[in-house]
This record gives sequence, structure tokens and C-alpha cells, in this order.
Amino acid sequence: MGSEFNRRDAIKRAMAIGVVAIPSASLLSACASSSGGDKNKPVATGTKSAANPLGVKNGAPLEAFVFKGGFGDDYIKSAETVYNTTYGTTVKHTGTQGIGPKLQPRFANNTPPDFMDNSGADNLDTAALAKEGKLLDLTPLLDAPTIDDPSKKVRDVLVAGTVEQGQFGSQAMYALNYAFTVYGSWYSNKLFQEKGWTYPKTFDEMIALGAKTKAAGIALFTYPGKYPYYVHFDLLAQIGKVGGKEVLNAIDDLEDGAFQVDAVKTVLAYYEELAAKKYFLAGSEGKTHIQMQTDWTKGKAALVADGSWVENEAAPTMPKDFDLAVGPLVGAGDSDKMPFGTLYAAAGEPFIVAANGKNPAGGMELLRIMLAKKQTDNFTNTIKSLTCVANSAEGLTLTPGLASANTALKAAGSNVLNARIQDWYKKLNNETIGNLTAQLLTGDITAAKWIEGAQKASDATKKDSSVPKFKHSA
Amino acid sequence: MRHGKYRFIIGFLAIPLALYGVLVISPFVQDFQISLTDWTGLTPDKHYIGFENYRKIIHNHLFWQSLWHNVLLLLIVPVVTLALGLFFAFMLNVGGRRKGSASVAGVWGSGGYKIIFFFPQVLSVAVIAILWQQIYNPDPDEGLLNVLLKGVGIGGQTWLGDPKLALACIMAVMVWANVGFYVVLFSAGMASIPTEIYEASLLDGANRSTTFFRVTLPLLADTVATGWVYMGIIAMDAFAYVQLMSVNDGGPNEKTDVVPLLLFKTAFRDNSQYGLAAAMGVAMLIVTLVFAALTLRLARRDRLEF
Repeated sequence: MGSEFNRRDAIKRAMAIGVVAIPSASLLSACASSSGGDKNKPVATGTKSAANPLGVKNGAPLEAFVFKGGFGDDYIKSAETVYNTTYGTTVKHTGTQGIGPKLQPRFANNTPPDFMDNSGADNLDTAALAKEGKLLDLTPLLDAPTIDDPSKKVRDVLVAGTVEQGQFGSQAMYALNYAFTVYGSWYSNKLFQEKGWTYPKTFDEMIALGAKTKAAGIALFTYPGKYPYYVHFDLLAQIGKVGGKEVLNAIDDLEDGAFQVDAVKTVLAYYEELAAKKYFLAGSEGKTHIQMQTDWTKGKAALVADGSWVENEAAPTMPKDFDLAVGPLVGAGDSDKMPFGTLYAAAGEPFIVAANGKNPAGGMELLRIMLAKKQTDNFTNTIKSLTCVANSAEGLTLTPGLASANTALKAAGSNVLNARIQDWYKKLNNETIGNLTAQLLTGDITAAKWIEGAQKASDATKKDSSVPKFKHSA
Repeated sequence: MRHGKYRFIIGFLAIPLALYGVLVISPFVQDFQISLTDWTGLTPDKHYIGFENYRKIIHNHLFWQSLWHNVLLLLIVPVVTLALGLFFAFMLNVGGRRKGSASVAGVWGSGGYKIIFFFPQVLSVAVIAILWQQIYNPDPDEGLLNVLLKGVGIGGQTWLGDPKLALACIMAVMVWANVGFYVVLFSAGMASIPTEIYEASLLDGANRSTTFFRVTLPLLADTVATGWVYMGIIAMDAFAYVQLMSVNDGGPNEKTDVVPLLLFKTAFRDNSQYGLAAAMGVAMLIVTLVFAALTLRLARRDRLEF
């Protein structure tokens, strides 16, 4: 028996068969994944009417795939309930934290959900999706009447800057950013009143305040070293305040020498001085945003550069009588191009509708429902955040931080800045320049080195053909 | 007759081989195929661009820096983990004082230690990373390590925020998380070593360290080699540890970036460059294969039957 049968031979031959079989298996799967194309899928369309301006088909299924993070997803479900009763269907709802890895194969196979909230740390690159033609242009939604007042178009009730925030180098709006975030230096009004401090208006006053807080055993600022680009919420906008919107737009547009201008030098010199005087809480460079917020709510630091979500996020450690307030951007003084009160504020939480989904009209209609007063009130009341609908917080009882943000936003009027580099060129802003900022704040590099490094990184991004480029419309 | 046997054998092997082919080999082949394209992962369309992605990687200094960090992990983490694992397993099983009739015993309370050592193994990497993030908190009053250091009069460190310490901090967590498994693995290996060999060496007057280096280690060589390959693969990955714990995704200042994290960022964040990310995957595959081949070759030796 042993001579006529050799175990090793049998395995070898079986392996050989396997080796032949394997490439054919992968060929098969390769075919399956590359044969998608734009198939003529049935798209649900209904008859347009005054009550149904987008032409949603009654009873047609709709799939919502949404980010369930800090805001939860109950506010979306609330809008879905309205959709369900109006159009006699049940929206298929999925809420998840890891939106990107789950959506990517859906897009790759041309079977995306209709309606998505593309947010969170693992979100898909909205700009790349737009560039690939995967997203529906939401212009019909912008031109549709609102639910509350049919004489007004959706476009007319949005906060200024919302439409631009959803544009990627053309007039088409691919994302509706639903939440409106006010950025700035956040502080405890109670602490400031107890110590007799006032929120400063200029760099010099801020540095003087730093001496006072230090004397009281409190650091002036803290920041999360894990996400050093938090500091950019103030830093970039301050460049805009000092030098005007054009300077900030030049940085967004990756223009040659955009960082080598006086406004940048002035702002960076201020940060260099803060670092040299050790006005940042020691150890900040190793902290997560939660650890940073905890230090701040415990009174170890006076100010943090953050967004209005901080009220919700820091709530577990924030004392009841903290009296949260936001201060607008400080600048060089009267020589600044924009007055004191200028704010950095932007719409966030991008909602997108798939271009080749089964029910694009339904996706847009769900967004139209979300923009109705009933839904924005629900969002502001439960999530404690403003929405992209102008004056939607009127008449609501706001928490201290939100009320302060709302007041600051009103006072700023049209002096609202937004640095698009933060969402157009994430790697450049968060990682490359973020690393420079982290080193600047620990005193490892000078302001001049920061500017040199940032310019170099900006030039490299400009030259990199794999990065899609965007421009502010003139 | 002979023919029938082959059919019999192949019949048994066909299903496992087909599974292996579809689940293991075909992703590798597809990864290589994707690495030759400019695919974004967001559409079914891809265009072949030859070895352009590989050219990009070769000229990317961040890739080489990340690979260097992987190599550092590969050199340090397995050595430390296995050495600690061996040491603990030896002390728990053989290293104790002789008592009563048993000629070979572990140190006092070894049963309890075994459970404690194995504990991190039942925690997910995400839990471990969050746990250690709190331990490494640089705050002098909140961070566990800094509070302990203050107790003995040493100034606080920034840990994960310090470019010189960050990678070592992550390595320490990887060792901590994995050492328990090797304690158990080596304990099982030691249990299969016949006690007569230990008794003989004791009669010859061998002390603990002689017993360890002359008896335990040579007889465990195969188990250690296997453990080495496993640890090497964990070190080559390290993705979850670095992504969850490091500051600014592989920082500070890219001092903790590893290739798998760079790959992830390239595919999911930096304009969805799946083709380029796939090429990095192929590079990692080659490095891992070389490592595994070298380890198994170096560890090849005559086996002692007992």
C-alpha cells in the first residue's frame, strides 16, 4: 500500500489544482466588481404638486444610512416618521458610527443608500464622492418651497455660507450641512466674574490676561494634542480677521506664498509668545479632547478653542453653574481688516443624497422635512446645537453656551469667517500643518519655521495631482 | 484502486482548498491587481496605470519612516514579549522552591498570577487603548502614571505627546496586552516536558537559571519560534494600537506612524486613493513574508521526541 500511494504526492497534486483554481476565482470576482456600470435602475418618481414639489413617489422605499455619533440619530428618525406618514412607506433606517467602511462597498457596487449623513471620524471623503459624480446635486431642494411657508424657497432660509459649504468647486451643492457650529474661545463666565477678568479683544490684552491667570494658578489655554488642529479653529480665523477674507481665501486656494504675508506673521508671532510664556497648560500636547475638556471644566485652564458642540460633549464634567460662554476672535487691534466680534462659524454634519440611488427625490424630501421648524426646534432642544436654518433658535429656551453662541453669531452679522482648507485639504490641515502647530505650541519650532513648513506643505499639496483642487468663486 | 484513492483524497481537500483560495489567496491577488490601478474605491471604474503607485511609495519619505517604525516594533516587541512570557511561565511552572513530593513547582500563588497575566487577553484592543490613554494622561493629578511618578518624586511626563517617548509607550502597551497569552502558551509547552528531565538536572545540581537555559529553553524552541511569528505579525500590524492611542493619527509629528495606519489614511481619508493603499498592502505582504520565512528558517532544528 505504501508504495502505490504517497501522501505527499497527493497533497502536491491537490495544491496544483488549487493554484489553477485560484486565479480563475479571482477573475470571476474581479468581473463581478467591475461590471457595475450605470445600470438603468428604476428610479422612483411621482407627480409634482404644491404639497410634493420634488415629485416623491408614494409608497416607494427609501433607505437612510446615517452617522450615529455625538448627535445621536433620533432627530433623523423624527423626520423619518413624518416622511413615513406622508408617503405611506417605512424608511429603512441604519444608524452607525463607522459610516465610511460600511458605505464604501455600497458605492463601489453602485448600490448606495438614498440618504446619508456622512459624518464622524470614519466618514467618506465627500469631495472625492462629489468628484466621482456619486452625489446628487441638491439644487432642486434649494429651489423648492419650504414646508412652513410655501412662499419662501429653502435657499432663502439657510444661514449664509451653508450653500457654499456644500459646494466643491462648482455651483452644484452636493452636501447639506445641517448643524451650524460657532467656533471661538470658550470659557466659564462664572470663573471670569469671580476673578474679575474680562474677555480680551486683542493679542496684547490676551497676553496680559495670561499673566493674571498664571498668577491665579490657572493656565490661559489648553488644547488637545491628539487633535492639534483644534487650535486652527482660532488660528486660521484670526489670520482672516487680521488680514481680511482674501488672505484666508488665498490659503484655502493654495496660492503661492499665501502663508508668507504679514497677517500670518502677526498671528503666528502671538502663538509663539503664548508658547514661550508657557500660557498653555503643561501636558496639553499628550491629551485627548475629552481629557482637555475635563481639565478646562475643572478650572485648570481658562480658555479652549473649540466648537459649540463642547457644551454637549463636556456636559458630564461641567459644573451646573459653569455658565459657559464663547468669546469672538481676538486680533492685533484697530489695524485689523475685520472688527472685533468677527466669528468663525460654519455648517457641519453633511447630509448627502446618492446620485444613482433608487429614490433620489425621497432623499431630498427627507432633507426638506428636516428643515421644517418642527424638526429644527426638536434638534436644537435635544442636541443643543444650532441648525443651518437662519434664526431657527428664536423663541427657544437655550442653554448658556448655546445662547452665548447665538448672541455672538447675531452680533457678528456678516463678519463670519470660514477656513475651507479644513474640509478641502484635510491631510494638509489636520496632519501636516497640525503637526507644525503641535510643535509650535510646545516651543519646539519658531513661528518662522511654522510659516516655512506650512507654505512648503501647501505647495506640495498643490503639486500633488492625486488631490482634487477647489477654489473660492471670485 | 490507486485512482480511486486520489479521488478520495482530493474530495476531502477540495473544500478546504477552495475556501483557502477564495478567502485568503484571492484577496492577495486582487490587492495586487488593485495596486496597478488608480481606483478610488468609490466607483466600479478603474484604470491600469502600471507601477506608478509603487514609484510613488518609493519616493514617499513618510512611507519609509512608517516602515522603519514597523521594523522597530518588529525588533523590540516580540523580543520583550517572548522574554517576559518565558520568564513568567518558567517562574509559574518550574521556578518555585521544591516542596513536599513534587520535584517541580511554580512560585507561591502561581495559579492566581496565571489568571492575572491572561487578563488583558480577554479585553479588546479598543478597551486596552482607552484604558492606557487614561494611564498615560499627562495631567499631574489625573494621569495614573504621573501620579505614581510624583509619589516617588519624579516629574510628570507627557507620554503619548512626547515625540521621544510616544512609540515606546505604544510598544509597552502591546507587550502588556500580549504577554499573558504567551505565558499560557509556554506553560502548556513546559507541561509537556517530562519531569524526569528536570529531576535529572536537579540531581546534577543545576540551579534555576541553568535549568532554564539548558533544559526548558531548548525543549521549548519550537513553541518559541511559533510565538515569534505570531508576535511578528502583531508588530507588523500595530494598526489599532497606533490609531487609537497616538496623537494626531500617528503623531506627534509622525513619530509613531506605521504602514498599516498610513495605508488606512491613504484609502479612507486622503482622497480615497485605494490603488496607492493597495500598493502599500503589497509592500507589507512582502515584508511579512520575508520575516516569516527568515524566522522559520532560523528556527529549523532537529526535534527531540519525548
